[in-house]
Amino acid sequence: MKSIRISKIKFKDFINYALVLALMAYGLILFASGSLRPSTAMLLTQMGYCIILAVSLNLVVGFLGELSLGHAGFMCIGAYIGGLFAVVLKTAMPDMKFAVLVISMIVGGAVASVFGFVIGLPSLRLKGDYLAIVTLAFGEIVRNVFMNQETFGGARGLTTISLIYDTRRAPTLFVVVLAFALVMLFVIQNLIKSKHGRAITAIRDNEIAAKAMGINVTFYKLFVFIVASFFAGCAGVIYAHTTTPVLYSFFSYNYSIEILVMVVLGGMGSITGSIVSAVFITYINFLLQSQLSGDLAAMRNLVYAIILIVVVIFSNAPALRDFRERYSPAALFSRFKKRDASTQTDDEAKWARVPTKIKMDAILSTDLNPGSNKSIHGDLGGHDGGKGGNK
Amino acid sequence: MSEFVLETQNLGISFGGLKAAQDVNLKIKKNQIYGLIGPNGAGKTTVFNMLTGVYKPTTGKIFLDGKKIDGLSQEKINHMGIARTFQNIRLFNNMSVIRNVMVGLHNLPEYKCTVWESFFRLPRHFMTEIKMRERAKELLRIFGLEDERNALACNLPYGKQRKLEIARALATNPKLLLLDEPAAGMNPHETEDLVKTIHFIRDNFDMTILLIEHDMKFVASLCDEITVLNFGTVLAEGDTRTALRNPEVIRAYIGG
Repeated sequence: MKSIRISKIKFKDFINYALVLALMAYGLILFASGSLRPSTAMLLTQMGYCIILAVSLNLVVGFLGELSLGHAGFMCIGAYIGGLFAVVLKTAMPDMKFAVLVISMIVGGAVASVFGFVIGLPSLRLKGDYLAIVTLAFGEIVRNVFMNQETFGGARGLTTISLIYDTRRAPTLFVVVLAFALVMLFVIQNLIKSKHGRAITAIRDNEIAAKAMGINVTFYKLFVFIVASFFAGCAGVIYAHTTTPVLYSFFSYNYSIEILVMVVLGGMGSITGSIVSAVFITYINFLLQSQLSGDLAAMRNLVYAIILIVVVIFSNAPALRDFRERYSPAALFSRFKKRDASTQTDDEAKWARVPTKIKMDAILSTDLNPGSNKSIHGDLGGHDGGKGGNK
Repeated sequence: MSEFVLETQNLGISFGGLKAAQDVNLKIKKNQIYGLIGPNGAGKTTVFNMLTGVYKPTTGKIFLDGKKIDGLSQEKINHMGIARTFQNIRLFNNMSVIRNVMVGLHNLPEYKCTVWESFFRLPRHFMTEIKMRERAKELLRIFGLEDERNALACNLPYGKQRKLEIARALATNPKLLLLDEPAAGMNPHETEDLVKTIHFIRDNFDMTILLIEHDMKFVASLCDEITVLNFGTVLAEGDTRTALRNPEVIRAYIGG
């Protein structure tokens, strides 16, 4: 029984891991056959950090239910701090590329999570739109602060040329990034499927009730902001390893929105959705960037917008409901498994009976639904009689 | 251990110049079902909100089992042993029925599991999850909700949502259960059923219950003692039958 239960948990998580592993395998196969172009390697790396960004933002927006428009700000902190740290570290230990990447990711993530804590504080008092404005302002402040720091290259941006990987010789970067995405998925999925994840979704559904049930709302809100900003900071460090110079203009409000679009498009509260839409949007962006040139380049945003509108309409239009129900992943999956999703039980947990102070036999023999065979007249009669007696 | 599970001394709160409640002295003994009644706007829910820490009382003190609890946060008060339901049902609507109850179990010491243990799926994570699920199922079985445990809470019929809210409150293992208009919106048959449920909870969970209700028949058949509030002050208190026959109380309800 135990093995069945645990294997079921793993199977559900497996879909998300499989998506990332598939990306990694695709890149590695191309590399092994010698046909991996630098642009493809770059695309895979971008997909990797977009997955990290989208899933970590989903933790805030989809699971905690707080609208954050400053995710690019956390990424910016990671990119600048982690990037500068990596550049310094690189001169100290020039032969250890991998170690530099990992250490700088931890540093960048840690600094970003400190700011996540700071931004989490107003979230304890502000709701909805107001918090969105605070986070939006945070994102803008951060990038403008970095723009004015000569330590970080000022308006010219932070030069990270020494960090750039040569993807033609070794596929290190995208493998590391996607592997890190796997680690993040492991951690975040475990969190969501634990009692702590339940507390977080309870806060989303009804904060007042969550407080009344003794959930420490302060702790969980700050905790979610810290975890999400840590991963956003890590994504920023990865970005600093792919692009030079790291420019403040990249981390604008638009980029925060783009991450939010990934989350909304994939479905808030769905990790699989976030992964799929992060990959999808990155790919669309890549295609538009490489295919449209000259005058058409201006059309990029238009095409991008149209695609988004079509997808959103498709996923919501009532007229398409039958189609969606028939071909939704869940429906296809249940057809494949020949088992209705609604009949899932958790009886497997029965093997571990927990002793309680309540005597189950006495409870089960008590009828809490008496008089179910009573006639309507009987009920009405009783009610009237009761009223009369009370006066 | 004090004689009273809950004792308030001159409890009062004012919002600006409005004295929403003043000099409320409740004394609730163990295993009592205690009623708090009064016309609309009398300050009943305000008293509940003070007891559970939503509002900080401006005057007076609250003692739970002899320990002072006023001024503590809502979470702390829940940990000390007060659980409540709400006048307008507040379930975790997008979560399944069983998960609603499992949220109630969250803070019990026997289901302790740190964030790090959950992050890395250490053995205690699995043990905690299985134990919580089993306990939640037992609670749902008591309330006849076991078959719906995987349904979303918002899809339950009204009466069952009320029951689920009580089950969730009981999951926090309180000393005192506060029910805010548990019979509101119920038909006579459901109300009768609820009377049995509340008696059952008192007897089997060894519980003390404080409830707000407008249905006088319900109050008369259930409560051992009541306090009647009107315009934030205590109008009458004591034995249910005597208090309900008090001419002041009848005047407050019917007018004249």
